Amino acid sequence: MTASVIARLSEDVPHRTIILLGIVLAALLIAPWVVNDYLLTVLIVALYSAYTGQAWNIMMGFAGQLSLGNALYAGVGAYVAAFLFTKFGIGPWIGFLACAPAAAACGAIIGFLAFRFGVAGVYFAILTIAFAEFARIGFDHLAIVNASAGLFLPVQQYAHNDLWRLRGNPMMFYYVILVATVLAFILCRLLLRSRIGYFWLAIREDEQAARAAGIDTFRYKMYAVMISAAVTSFAGVFYAFFYNNLFPEQVFNIGRSIEMVLGPVIGGVGTLFGPILGAFVLNGLAETLNSAMSAAGLDLPGAKEVFYGLCLLLVILALPEGVWPPLARRLGIDKGMR
Amino acid sequence: MSFDVYLNVAVAGILTGLVYGLMALGLSVIFGVIRIVNFAHGEMMSIAMYIAVVLFTAFHLDPLIMLVPVAAVMFVFGYVLQAGLINPFITRPEHTQFLLLVALAIIIANTLLILFGPDARTVQTAYAYDSFQLGPVLIDASKAYAGIAAIAFAVALFAFLRFSLLGKAIRACADNYTGALVVGLNVNRLYALSFALGAACVGAAGSMMTLIVDVTPSIGPVYTLLAFVIVITGGLGSMAGALVGGILIGLTEAMAGLLFTPSAKSMFAFAILVLVLLFRPQGILGRRAS
Repeated sequence: MTASVIARLSEDVPHRTIILLGIVLAALLIAPWVVNDYLLTVLIVALYSAYTGQAWNIMMGFAGQLSLGNALYAGVGAYVAAFLFTKFGIGPWIGFLACAPAAAACGAIIGFLAFRFGVAGVYFAILTIAFAEFARIGFDHLAIVNASAGLFLPVQQYAHNDLWRLRGNPMMFYYVILVATVLAFILCRLLLRSRIGYFWLAIREDEQAARAAGIDTFRYKMYAVMISAAVTSFAGVFYAFFYNNLFPEQVFNIGRSIEMVLGPVIGGVGTLFGPILGAFVLNGLAETLNSAMSAAGLDLPGAKEVFYGLCLLLVILALPEGVWPPLARRLGIDKGMR
Repeated sequence: MSFDVYLNVAVAGILTGLVYGLMALGLSVIFGVIRIVNFAHGEMMSIAMYIAVVLFTAFHLDPLIMLVPVAAVMFVFGYVLQAGLINPFITRPEHTQFLLLVALAIIIANTLLILFGPDARTVQTAYAYDSFQLGPVLIDASKAYAGIAAIAFAVALFAFLRFSLLGKAIRACADNYTGALVVGLNVNRLYALSFALGAACVGAAGSMMTLIVDVTPSIGPVYTLLAFVIVITGGLGSMAGALVGGILIGLTEAMAGLLFTPSAKSMFAFAILVLVLLFRPQGILGRRAS
């Protein structure tokens, strides 16, 4: 079975792509041993946004359903896992088994409401935002998770890393999110090469034609939303255990949803490498700006976000496909890998 | 609680809802004609609010009198924005347009943050605490003035689109893009004009909103979302629907604030949206199919 999965993964992939992937992966594996603590945190944040971007891409990039409320799924994941951990001592991995269905159920509710009644395109996006906002205000008043006062995970010094309970130093978290990102990448590749992936692409390109060809578009759009939600919910689990504090105002903030969108848009919507490349480009630029500003002694709240906005604007204006597709053509590795 | 309390809160909610409605009307005009979803709508309103607040603090100019100049400024802003930045995007995929406006929204909100800081700004007019007694109902003067001004502005816009030649041309563009081109209308100019009209609506609404709520740089997304909820609830493409939706949402929020807690009031607006989508997906005044 493993052999067939590997065969499916590497099918039609040029050697240059595999070599490139190997180099990138090796660099990411070695990275935490050569960078300082600060850069390690930056890398964790970059991988986190690569992961969430990859999950968002399933919905928008593959199936063509624009979601601007993915913070909902991460938030649900974070809260469910943190709640189970603080109240019952249930670890994050078991917790994830509850988070993923919970997030998928949220996605299913939104998808059902939207797809049943022809709420498509940007109006679907509005509905996703509305639900994320609904959750934000709802959790702000939910006493069982401390409402707006926030939910905290116990923090203490750990003699050694406890991977099972996700308690430990940043290096452990780095490898956890790296593995998650790699798995999400593999999952997306497998999905794209399977029946469901081809159905999604058909729906994305022309929904009416897809329906005429006999695809149950409602069902496959539901799958896209639910899979994307379930994948995103792990990001929430990671968030909860990495930051150890959860506030509805932050977790469900519309800004979180938009951050999840920026990476894949800048990297290339619908591509496998786009979300990862975009996340690193964006976080790299932001860190450069941060250090440039602190070197100049400037403390201007909002400057970083204006810069984000300008980057997004420039990419949309100059590179409508995102950064990755033209780069891939230049490197000659645009075949086989989408 | 006596019945009078409910009546008072309901009237206040309806008046606030009229201002919401005018704001949503701007979104409806822009979407109805250009088919662009203005995701920076709330941010455009916060620009208008800051202009009104600055005019008031610096020169003591009343926001209700200033709503015409503020609307004029936003009109120009909208015209330039559509003609300069958005127009090339009208043939691009929907999500690209959407993200263009998301980028714009981020830039506007954070430029306001850099310029004015994170603190809430407010307008203290001489009539801020006045009210009218109407039988058992006590009407807040600021809200009454704002509500009347919102109706006046909306009526002026309806009249312009209904009876003026330019308004007819705009409606022609909205109905049939190709047809409008064939009869020789300058569609690009009319699109810019439509965006400008939508921006003027949100500008006027923003000027009035300073009497009702405080402004901070980050209020944009909440009002963008509110405008969408109102437009979808009232019926896509129906201009009267935007006002009706506004009143309904204003009323819902006010009642929810009274019966539950004010901080949870937007949840009820979303609940209305979900109910509408479930039972009347075309909206209250919307037409089926499209």
